[in-house]
Amino acid sequence: MSKKVLIIGAGVAGLEASGVLSKLGYNVTIVEESDRIGGKLNRWSHLFPSRRPASEVLEHLQLNLDPNTVIITNSKITDIAVKDTSIEASLNTGKHIDADAVLISTGFELFDAKKKEEYGYQIYENVITSADLEKIFKEGKELTTSKGKAPKRIGIIHCVGSRDEKVGNTYCSKVCCVTGVKQAIEIKEHLSSCEVFNFYMDLRMYDRHFEDLYQEAQVKHHVQFIRGRLSEAFENPDGTVMVKVEDTLLGKPMKMNLDLVVLLVGMTAGNNSLFKKQLRLETGTDKFLVPADEHFKSVSSKQKGVFFAGACTGPKTIENTITEARAAALEIAGYLKN
Amino acid sequence: MLQEGKKALWKEYQKEIADDRYFYVRSCVRQNFFPASETTFLRILTEELGKSVYEHPHHTSCSGVGYHSDVIPFETTMTMVARQFALMTESGFMNFVPSCITSFGLYTEVLETWHHFPEVEARIRETLRKATGREFEKPANLAHASDIIYKLRNEIADRAKYKLVNHNTGQPLRGVEHIGCHYAKMFPHKGVGGAEYPYVLVGMIESWGGEVVDYPERRHCCGFGFRQYLVKANRGYSVASSKKKFESMAPYKPDFILTNCPGCPYFLDRWQYAIAEMEGTTYGEDGMGIPVLTYEELAGLVLGYDPWDLGLQVHQVSVEPLLDKMGIPYNSSKKYLGKNGKFLGVPFKPAAIKVC
Repeated sequence: MSKKVLIIGAGVAGLEASGVLSKLGYNVTIVEESDRIGGKLNRWSHLFPSRRPASEVLEHLQLNLDPNTVIITNSKITDIAVKDTSIEASLNTGKHIDADAVLISTGFELFDAKKKEEYGYQIYENVITSADLEKIFKEGKELTTSKGKAPKRIGIIHCVGSRDEKVGNTYCSKVCCVTGVKQAIEIKEHLSSCEVFNFYMDLRMYDRHFEDLYQEAQVKHHVQFIRGRLSEAFENPDGTVMVKVEDTLLGKPMKMNLDLVVLLVGMTAGNNSLFKKQLRLETGTDKFLVPADEHFKSVSSKQKGVFFAGACTGPKTIENTITEARAAALEIAGYLKN
Repeated sequence: MLQEGKKALWKEYQKEIADDRYFYVRSCVRQNFFPASETTFLRILTEELGKSVYEHPHHTSCSGVGYHSDVIPFETTMTMVARQFALMTESGFMNFVPSCITSFGLYTEVLETWHHFPEVEARIRETLRKATGREFEKPANLAHASDIIYKLRNEIADRAKYKLVNHNTGQPLRGVEHIGCHYAKMFPHKGVGGAEYPYVLVGMIESWGGEVVDYPERRHCCGFGFRQYLVKANRGYSVASSKKKFESMAPYKPDFILTNCPGCPYFLDRWQYAIAEMEGTTYGEDGMGIPVLTYEELAGLVLGYDPWDLGLQVHQVSVEPLLDKMGIPYNSSKKYLGKNGKFLGVPFKPAAIKVC
């Protein structure tokens, strides 16, 4: 009888790992909190840097799923324990699952932009988040101001909830810079006459093709990049948003009126309290789960039979998440063989 | 502006405010700037609402002005604060209520420091004991005087003789509020409504029938920021700050500006004259300024107190247009009579800004 693996979370990491584990001959059960699989991929329109539709990646992940994989949606793990060589988990539905190994692939949460009170999310009518913008693109809606007009000037604010001691997140979310560049291009493609300004601290274009996207934004689409962190935003009588920022390259404070402000929200850790309490897993100061070794056991926990994949151990791109999910599947296979 | 979003945020910034037995400490400067505000606070609490308030004759400056001007070190400041707490302890009135925003910010900062560094508190206790022989307890509750009026705003509204409503049109009067920086910017959770969208003055205006206008430079400094004004060479920054606010609020045509800090009403009131002289610009109706009030003055007007008993005649910007809108009667011939009925003289009438 083949061994059983429980995967917690049916996002990119969980689905990819599931496909690989099935191919290796393991019985996989995936438990997902929401009503459908795919995680946050369901919310994105197109992915950086290639601008590939997110739905295409999701389709690919679904195609790789083995038909015998058990997927339990709308369910939450309420109890989990390692017993000798097995894992026992209980769900809020009353169901119990036994497995030989568990993969935690619970992903991340988006930073709640309301915490940056001075930016006015859900207070000012024309302040949205990068996730809201993705939704607009995904649903094929027109990008308009709250009054239904085409915006003439849009500001994209980088590092909202990332590298920000004030909100308790000192780490970099890794994907926001390039998302901001991608979304700036997308806005220009939808509204060619609209001016787009990206306000950034520094642009972390670290991965392959990121720099190309940044160049394209400037050269082809004339997106303007202003190095400076927003200090505050305020709503003008006509509903436009006045932002205050210091242009640190010019060394001058500036004010600008924008028709629409997009807050590039970062990644925050999900609720890991159950894993900390019942599996005695560690979290870092950033509240993400900590692997057994940052170099050599990045997909293993210190707890026997418990593995990690994806953004549950820190911000990652989808590309990195898929790579990590495959690594985790192989690590689990190695563990179960021994 | 999405009011629901603001309301959701306000819920996160509520604080405990004592409802009686207040140990009240006055401001160093408010009695010079707005001479009846503190007296009015006491009148409202004791005569209108039957609250108990204790003032200690030996209370001194909290030294906040020196601390924020970098002339008094924090250790000395903490010891002076400890002495005020010792006076409070002697009185038995354990709900500490400073009139001054900077004092409130300073008392909050000292209590927070002691909370996180108990060894500092122990050292200050020892210093105070050695220097004065005094010992102290920490306040059971610390609230700014505007917090108290906020807490009692509906009781004041129940007794209101006048509302913040234009008695000719029936429309709510439009107020802009300005919160002192030291109220919540250092410790957002110590201020009603937090630092970014404070509710303490908004709540008063709403309860008394008015409408609050939020304007783009609401968070900007009034112009009193200590270094801007105390250093003479920096005073251009002070008037520039005030000007920035007036330019921002003027398009909304506010009927009044409401404040809760010693410096803010002073600068927002006096600089309107200075800007009129410098640039010929005025921000109120018909060449007048926008009336600036303290929350005690506004509460006093709502309760029907005589405007001249509230000290409104010492404002630079005339308040009569606001009184007219509220339908409050006043006797112009008594405007410059002292409390003893003696004529105090009429101040110089500037040409650049219209005054009554």
